[in-house]
Amino acid sequence: MRAYHDLGGLSAGTVPQEEHELQLWEKRVEALLVLLTRKHILRVDENRRGLESLGGEVYHSLSYAERRILAMSNNLILKGIFSVDELATKLAQIDRRQDPLP
Amino acid sequence: MSDTHDHAHAAGHRHPPQPDHDDTLTYYRKLEMAVRELLIEKGVFTTGDVRAVVEDIESRTPEGGARVVARAWTDPHFRELLLNDATAACAGMGFEMALYDVKLTVVENTPDVHNLVVCTLCSCYPRMLLGLPPAWYKSRAYRSRAVHEPRAVLREFGLELPEKVAVRVHDSTADLRYLVLPMRPQHTESFTEQELAALVTRDSMIGTAILRAPD
Amino acid sequence: MNAALAAGVAAAATCAYARGERIRVRKVDAPGHIRTPHYIRGKIGVIERCVGFFKNPEELAYGRSGEPLRALYRVRFLQSDVWDDYRGGPGDTLDIDLYEHWLEPVTAP
Repeated sequence: MRAYHDLGGLSAGTVPQEEHELQLWEKRVEALLVLLTRKHILRVDENRRGLESLGGEVYHSLSYAERRILAMSNNLILKGIFSVDELATKLAQIDRRQDPLP
Repeated sequence: MSDTHDHAHAAGHRHPPQPDHDDTLTYYRKLEMAVRELLIEKGVFTTGDVRAVVEDIESRTPEGGARVVARAWTDPHFRELLLNDATAACAGMGFEMALYDVKLTVVENTPDVHNLVVCTLCSCYPRMLLGLPPAWYKSRAYRSRAVHEPRAVLREFGLELPEKVAVRVHDSTADLRYLVLPMRPQHTESFTEQELAALVTRDSMIGTAILRAPD
Repeated sequence: MNAALAAGVAAAATCAYARGERIRVRKVDAPGHIRTPHYIRGKIGVIERCVGFFKNPEELAYGRSGEPLRALYRVRFLQSDVWDDYRGGPGDTLDIDLYEHWLEPVTAP
């Protein structure tokens, strides 16, 4: 049985070649991963395993950055870096801000 | 799915609040903010750390790889070192290689062999030299088809290779990151290293393009 | 370092397979973090080189040490050996970096 991220050899359409400049938040997702791996909090392999644990439907419906931040969040909770409650509280705090999106 | 903002966010630049046209997009952007702020509050790193890494990410562009290619074309000793120990060769040119815990590997195109790089399992890419991968490299279609039907994929990129040129696909499944050393275009004997570097495209270093002789 | 780990480290310090040797990729299916793509399992290729020794990503993925180190190989496959329906040149190949424990010897031609 093939895992859903293991794509080599599957049928697919033409390669979409439109360039897509990353938004700032997407670059920040990459930056967070770089910092977490440099500080030995997460390993690249754990990040990948996190992506491979999201479930096929989620994996294929989210964008690259979206699934990276979701997998990272799961991993950080798993490692006890922050709790579900701390994350939920922070998200609610962000929701209450006047102009939440930078 | 993504919004259309493509300009840099200068300090102090604010958007009006986004309309809720796409809850999932807004949710993941908020999640990034939440994770980042929590990690900063807990002292894992600082706002300055994040900014510095974003700047480093933005500073790495295919021009880096192009400079390495141009050096390899003009300096046989460097080319030899590059093919045997790419990390050392690039560090010697001033690239900060130690931040990336992977082994850069350069594979050269010849009249008999054309190299193409893919990561079918995720999106491993030689970021230290080329910066962030293009969207197509991370796409489901490229990851699925590059190993199975490389010539059809190359045709989509406008590259048709004769059968006698062997197409060699590299699937980056471990800690090696592959960079293609394209063949030097003809009629460039008088070019300076800088002029040569200006000819080298990102796609030629991934393998979805070759470099034509300049007009 | 205990004796078992020392033996493991010592064992990992040599490459079991040599350049040019034919190998088969193990045809096993297991859940978990695996860096051997599904499409290459059961296929026969040739060792292009032993790349070196690395911590096992299958273990690192779960927060474990990944030791003892495992030998990593670049293995070259003829595309026509990998895909029944391959369309391209007869010399077209596929190079993949595979860990030693995913490879087994091929004795028959």
